[in-house]
Amino acid sequence: MPAVSKGDGMRGLAVFISDIRNCKSKEAEIKRINKELANIRSKFKGDKALDGYSKKKYVCKLLFIFLLGHDIDFGHMEAVNLLSSNKYTEKQIGYLFISVLVNSNSELIRLINNAIKNDLASRNPTFMCLALHCIANVGSREMGEAFAADIPRILVAGDSMDSVKQSAALCLLRLYKASPDLVPMGEWTARVVHLLNDQHMGVVTAAVSLITCLCKKNPDDFKTCVSLAVSRLSRIVSSASTDLQDYTYYFVPAPWLSVKLLRLLQCYPPPEDAAVKGRLVECLETVLNKAQEPPKSKKVQHSNAKNAILFETISLIIHYDSEPNLLVRACNQLGQFLQHRETNLRYLALESMCTLASSEFSHEAVKTHIDTVINALKTERDVSVRQRAADLLYAMCDRSNAKQIVSEMLRYLETADYAIREEIVLKVAILAEKYAVDYSWYVDTILNLIRIAGDYVSEEVWYRVLQIVTNRDDVQGYAAKTVFEALQAPACHENMVKVGGYILGEFGNLIAGDPRSSPPVQFSLLHSKFHLCSVATRALLLSTYIKFINLFPETKATIQGVLRAGSQLRNADVELQQRAVEYLTLSSVASTDVLATVLEEMPPFPERESSILAKLKRKKGPGAGSALDDGRRDPSSSDINGGVEPTPSTVSTPSPSADLLGLRAAPPPAAASAPSGTGNLLVDVSSDGPAPQPSLGPTPEEAFLSELEPPAPESPMALLADPAPAADSGPEDIGPPIPEADELLNKFVCKNNGVLFENQLLQIGVKSEFRQNLGRMYLFYGNKTSVQFQNFSPSVVHPGDLQTQLAVQTKRVAAQVDGGAQVQQVLNIECLRDFLAPPFLSVRFRYGGAPQSLTLKLPVTINKFFQPTEMAAQDFFQRWKQLSLPQQEAQKIFKANHPMDPEVTKAKLLGFGSALLDNVDPNPENFVGAGIIQTKALQVGCLLRLEPNAQAQMYRLTLRTSKEPVSRHLCELLAQQF
Amino acid sequence: MVWIRFILIQNRAGKTRLAKWYMQFDDDEKQKLIEEVHAVVTVRDAKHTNFVEFRNFKIIYRRYAGLYFCICVDVNDNNLAYLEAIHNFVEVLNEYFHNVCELDLVFNFYKVYTVVDEMFLAGEIRETSQTKVLKQLLMLQSLE
Repeated sequence: MPAVSKGDGMRGLAVFISDIRNCKSKEAEIKRINKELANIRSKFKGDKALDGYSKKKYVCKLLFIFLLGHDIDFGHMEAVNLLSSNKYTEKQIGYLFISVLVNSNSELIRLINNAIKNDLASRNPTFMCLALHCIANVGSREMGEAFAADIPRILVAGDSMDSVKQSAALCLLRLYKASPDLVPMGEWTARVVHLLNDQHMGVVTAAVSLITCLCKKNPDDFKTCVSLAVSRLSRIVSSASTDLQDYTYYFVPAPWLSVKLLRLLQCYPPPEDAAVKGRLVECLETVLNKAQEPPKSKKVQHSNAKNAILFETISLIIHYDSEPNLLVRACNQLGQFLQHRETNLRYLALESMCTLASSEFSHEAVKTHIDTVINALKTERDVSVRQRAADLLYAMCDRSNAKQIVSEMLRYLETADYAIREEIVLKVAILAEKYAVDYSWYVDTILNLIRIAGDYVSEEVWYRVLQIVTNRDDVQGYAAKTVFEALQAPACHENMVKVGGYILGEFGNLIAGDPRSSPPVQFSLLHSKFHLCSVATRALLLSTYIKFINLFPETKATIQGVLRAGSQLRNADVELQQRAVEYLTLSSVASTDVLATVLEEMPPFPERESSILAKLKRKKGPGAGSALDDGRRDPSSSDINGGVEPTPSTVSTPSPSADLLGLRAAPPPAAASAPSGTGNLLVDVSSDGPAPQPSLGPTPEEAFLSELEPPAPESPMALLADPAPAADSGPEDIGPPIPEADELLNKFVCKNNGVLFENQLLQIGVKSEFRQNLGRMYLFYGNKTSVQFQNFSPSVVHPGDLQTQLAVQTKRVAAQVDGGAQVQQVLNIECLRDFLAPPFLSVRFRYGGAPQSLTLKLPVTINKFFQPTEMAAQDFFQRWKQLSLPQQEAQKIFKANHPMDPEVTKAKLLGFGSALLDNVDPNPENFVGAGIIQTKALQVGCLLRLEPNAQAQMYRLTLRTSKEPVSRHLCELLAQQF
Repeated sequence: MVWIRFILIQNRAGKTRLAKWYMQFDDDEKQKLIEEVHAVVTVRDAKHTNFVEFRNFKIIYRRYAGLYFCICVDVNDNNLAYLEAIHNFVEVLNEYFHNVCELDLVFNFYKVYTVVDEMFLAGEIRETSQTKVLKQLLMLQSLE
């Protein structure tokens, strides 16, 4: 076997490297390098032409200097010269220098490409490989343009050497990854697939990588690879440990090729052909059987190679998820690894079992290992192993073992590494809620979380416990008692004070009978924490105090004293000051009746899941929470909410019930949460809360990801608002739009018809048409129940100065809506000038005696008054330039929320109202549009450009209009649509 | 798509003995990656796994005397396959340099690149047979 001596061949280089190594200081090293650079520079500049050897040596020295971390600004030309040498060693150094140092936009690229071209045509396999490796290492677009067409030819040519084929396959792979558009599919693809049959296993190894990459974009073109891969795999798996000679690694035949073949098969569903499938299942069984055989070597290399295949086999079994027998066998095998003395295997087994836990076939089998996994959580030394154990416990959790798992995770939390605490907190909170049978357990769990890891309990978690306690009266007394006890700890976390303050303010009366927790005791306990808390917590406590005045009149004097204190009334923090002033006045002027109504118990929150889950997913990236879904096998679970929306129906007029899926959608934008302007302090929150009845909200499964809003005591407005859902309240006196209002509105930006809203009682359908600055809208109110709605009164309200911008005339509708009946309301709309916010639609009625109210945003956005404008490219560019003031342009770069289908995009843009202009943008992938917004007072010309970037899954949207707010507003509206 | 993002050989002091990039990074980014990898890998001991989560990827690494051989791949790639790919590579180096030591990699850095390109290309495993790789290297060695 070859052995090389140090610096073999280039003595000067070896001497230089030794010198550098002998330098005692950084300064000495720099000095030596500068000396060398000067020397090389003079050699390169000298009159005497350098011979190939010297050139090679100096270029190599430059490379070494560069790799030490110094800049090199010359020598590129000499390196390029080396490429045309006939000597391998010179050529190699030239190519190496280029691969490491030359960036793609160098002006030398033409010369380099020329040299590569020559080498590719040389028929010398060594030179061809050097050239191919250079392309593969640089992988620039320029090289792609120059060679993408040649390489497939080299790859499938009958006379190419094996080593050249190997390099060509991977070179093509690199070019395809860098610029897929440059690699044309063609008749060569079929021949590439047949490389799976090649005699030379190295060629097969390289070809599988290429095919795995190509088939992801074009699965049908490469479909035949499945049966070829299966037969190749079968031959390897069934061969004896020495059959494959060169390709046997520690008695394991072709481990890497096996792994690659198994990965390729994971790009496809199980084979349809029964014979192929049978052969494959046989392979998988063989791998599982071999795992049980005694090892052929004690070396770790042997077991690693063997297990690499085993884990990949299990991945494929999980991918198919259709062979219960194999899934259970896989699980048993992994179970054995859980106790293996090798940490690597324990880690990988935990990781792999996590995916098995989400298969209905193996979920139960995974659960049998719970004790081992819990033990791993307690005893593993490597934090990453413990983390896998926590992941697995989370994945295997169901109703039967939730209490055990939650308590183990809580115990682990006490010693868990800081880096993973927040994640564990989220997981515990989710599991506790999901599998709570009695809610006192849930409350205990969350309070424990706060006690153990208060700093890591995010707002989402403690908001959630408040919502649940508010919504379930069976747990309220228990919650009050428990927080009261928890607050007695001398040092309790501020989050505990928040939760305690809120719960006692609502339900403190439930424990007030016990002299140990009498109202004054409750108050002084809370107030003892007050001064150490942040402003936000103190604000919350002030709300608790005013609630106490209502709950416990005997505390009134004490609390008024607190509110009156200079430290509150003149607090430097405006929020605290405002609360103190308002609460003090309220408690002094209001009668007990008024107080009782204003400060009555919070209404139930709409039942929605689960911002905590959303947060966990954000932390872990897509897929992290998927094991948790009840619909365990739903592959799109991580983005289900983004993907539901069908293609928008822009032209057709579907029946109002055509689009029922809209409700389950992404989190509403922040704008939907309680408005915080001071102008309308007294009107914006009715005591009905954001969405009045729990029954009106979507069920937990539906509103999978929606955010929850903070509990109302965070803002004083909730307490001061008009409490009564008064029967005859004026039209201005409406609640804020429901949290989903904005996303419901978004659905109608690009379409005019569909279902605007639906819950268990009511469905509201919309049909509308717009021409110039006028529009007519039909609203259909359907009573879904069998009971008559009474006092039914829908009305349109203009917030702010919208009245001067948009005129909406409504016709009254019948005050009764029979069960199962539908009434129609016609709206005439006139756009007076440009506007930003849509009007509100407020619907009030009585159902079975209970008042219902609902506020939505009317789907009228400024783009409805678009008139499409066709224009030629030159006109477009001229106008584009005319609108070049910075404030006339609005731009947004954002991630695609839906699959990037050009046809859908086109439909959406047309639905948005602008004309689509072809042949304007030089890049055919881009969309360009133009239109005029018609209002009574003025017209606003709009130009838009949408640039999709499929690779990054991003868009850039640019709007230019003659009015600044319009540009921004249109940009925001439209950006939500993709 | 699954492929190797980079291969690093570092000594315990953090000196880089080989850096092979299969993804575009600028020079500052490369330096940052090198330092981060060194930081996460050197704190681990023999009882730890040979895998570390690293940004959105993972590092599969193995220590030979004072040298850490690290491969950065996608999180869902096959850990053991890369772990043994490292060992396979090290055995080739050992054979090629006749009991390889750190200094061989320093003085023959330009040859190490050739070995890498024979075994890994475009972020994929190219050739796994030690016999075939060494035969090819011997042939190249004989060329002028």
